Amino acid sequence: MKIHEYQAKEIFQRFDIPTPRGKVASTAAEARKAAEELGTTPVVVKAQIHAGGRGKGGGVKLAHSVDEAEKLAGEILGMTLVTHQTGPQGKVVKKVLIEEGQEIEKELYLGVVPDRATASIVFMASLAGGMDIEEVAAKTPEKIVKVAVKPTTRMQPFHARALVYNLGLEPEIAKQFSALATKLYNMVLRHDCSLVEINPLIITKDKKLIALDAKINIDDSAMFRQKDLQAYRDLDEEDPMEVEASKYNLNYIKLDGNIGNMVNGAGLAMATMDIIKLAGAEPANFLDVGGGASAEMVENGFRIILSDPNVKGVLINIFGGILRCDILASGVVQAVNKVGLKIPVVVRMEGTNVEEGRRILKESGLSLFVATDVLDAAEKIAQIARG
Amino acid sequence: MSVLVDKNSRIVVQGITGREGQFHARQCMDYGTNVVAGVTPGKGGQVADGVPVFNTVKQARQEAGANVSLIFVPPPFAADAIMESVDAGIELVVAITEGIPVLDMMTAYHFVKSSGSRLIGPNCPGIISPGKCKVGIMPGPIHREGSIGVVSRSGTLTYEVVHQLTNNGMGQSTCIGIGGDPIIGTNFIDALDLFQKDPQTTGIVMVGEIGGSAEEEAAKFIKENVTKPVIGFIAGLTAPPGRRMGHAGAIISGSSGTAQAKMEAMEKAGITVMKNLGQLGVTAREIFK
Repeated sequence: MKIHEYQAKEIFQRFDIPTPRGKVASTAAEARKAAEELGTTPVVVKAQIHAGGRGKGGGVKLAHSVDEAEKLAGEILGMTLVTHQTGPQGKVVKKVLIEEGQEIEKELYLGVVPDRATASIVFMASLAGGMDIEEVAAKTPEKIVKVAVKPTTRMQPFHARALVYNLGLEPEIAKQFSALATKLYNMVLRHDCSLVEINPLIITKDKKLIALDAKINIDDSAMFRQKDLQAYRDLDEEDPMEVEASKYNLNYIKLDGNIGNMVNGAGLAMATMDIIKLAGAEPANFLDVGGGASAEMVENGFRIILSDPNVKGVLINIFGGILRCDILASGVVQAVNKVGLKIPVVVRMEGTNVEEGRRILKESGLSLFVATDVLDAAEKIAQIARG
Repeated sequence: MSVLVDKNSRIVVQGITGREGQFHARQCMDYGTNVVAGVTPGKGGQVADGVPVFNTVKQARQEAGANVSLIFVPPPFAADAIMESVDAGIELVVAITEGIPVLDMMTAYHFVKSSGSRLIGPNCPGIISPGKCKVGIMPGPIHREGSIGVVSRSGTLTYEVVHQLTNNGMGQSTCIGIGGDPIIGTNFIDALDLFQKDPQTTGIVMVGEIGGSAEEEAAKFIKENVTKPVIGFIAGLTAPPGRRMGHAGAIISGSSGTAQAKMEAMEKAGITVMKNLGQLGVTAREIFK
């Protein structure tokens, strides 16, 4: 789960990690009040959306007075912010964070992630803060200091020392940095963070280390024990069709193509998308109905696919193991009868009771194209794509 | 020969009284697998579908002689179940459970590695040596005993591959589903090493997907250590970056973990990489003849 910057900073504050004083606002009037309460100028007005690159997109502005803060907040709220992470359609800004401006001496980068290769919590730090860290990693990997913390030791002072000495921080800052890294580690464990990023982490003119930005993702698999963070979920940031699908435990991701598809199992679903592309069309979605999908899930999945107006045809690809093909076929027939069918649907199924399943499809009287195997399914989809 | 599981495997099913555990324990037994025990804390002394149930894995090992465990325990408790098995000295632990928190798996992973046990999964279909032993949720009838080793990060995609192999007259020595999670106990290299050393296995099919760099590392290992022919397939050429494609581990982060990069690495290592999944079986007949 992704959360907003202002929410991430709320969590930071609970762990005593220094952030600028600030307040979130949903209207220009609220922004004015927040700026008044801060009582200092300048203040920074920051758009709150689930995407990076907000500054370049015009979503972060400096205000030198309360009036200007109100005016800028009014401009940013409601705007569609397009950044390299939002996609071309952009995201509508519904909240802004009003923060006390800082006198920056230096910008650092600090990231913490559970690393798959080492099965450890890895700190990544760099003096090249404020930049796109992927670019730094690609062009000048030597500028990134990496320290892995295994669960067998947990975070120890030597881990922190490895960070500050390799970064070459002066003693006064090093002390603050070590303390901050330890707090971050505790936060990652407490809240099952799958990503923490502070970019930039700044050193102020008066030698204070402050998290100027904050990004936290939470491990979706751990939400059962992160109930206090559930309220941070912002459905406005998610695709409405994906939200709808998640209600039925369907794993749906909307894409830009025109051939819808429904598959059981994530690997086969990705492979099916690739088959559609290979056939000369573009997949309209990823939809995994699960290794042991039920007829009801098939019906809901079908309804969601068809609600996408771009979809010109559908490929259903099910490898029935535990789920028997005859049951699946009944599910498809039931779904089509309920939802109605205005576009061609290719059904490819294989596995247990496949003969019976194909018979059910054939005798349903519905105009479904039954494919015998993956190659045949691709051929039939190619025909649909060609119109 | 086959790898990791055979007629001598004695299975304990952790979570045997749950819906999934019960169903699949029966399916495994019907396949001929020797399920000797079940474990559900608090239900020790009961009998589930003819199988004695114990409170702890240690009891199952001591009293029923279990040496392989199959885990269907729900995600919040699954890492604990893995570590309990390892602590009890179970040699092979197969974790089917999907959705274990990453931090839990980190702890379990390091515990497994410090022991003499092997973990397969989690978030996997399990392992099968056709005709001998099935420790997992894969449909038994699509498999046939033979000489092709299959290793895959996926479930139903593996069934598709196995089905094509069987239909084209090629049986399998062992099929290992290593799992779709970011942190897994057995990786491609471990499985490839086992197949390379197994005299029954004459060819290998490796099924990967987007996310991480396990396929690239496996390609390097194959080039240096594997003399048997390998066919590769990678799912997710059309997957958008930054989105988790069903499996927790299937995500392109920035520019790393793409299907394109994996396919290139594998081709460079001399692996026959399939672009079209539908032709895998036919191609395998050529490569493995």
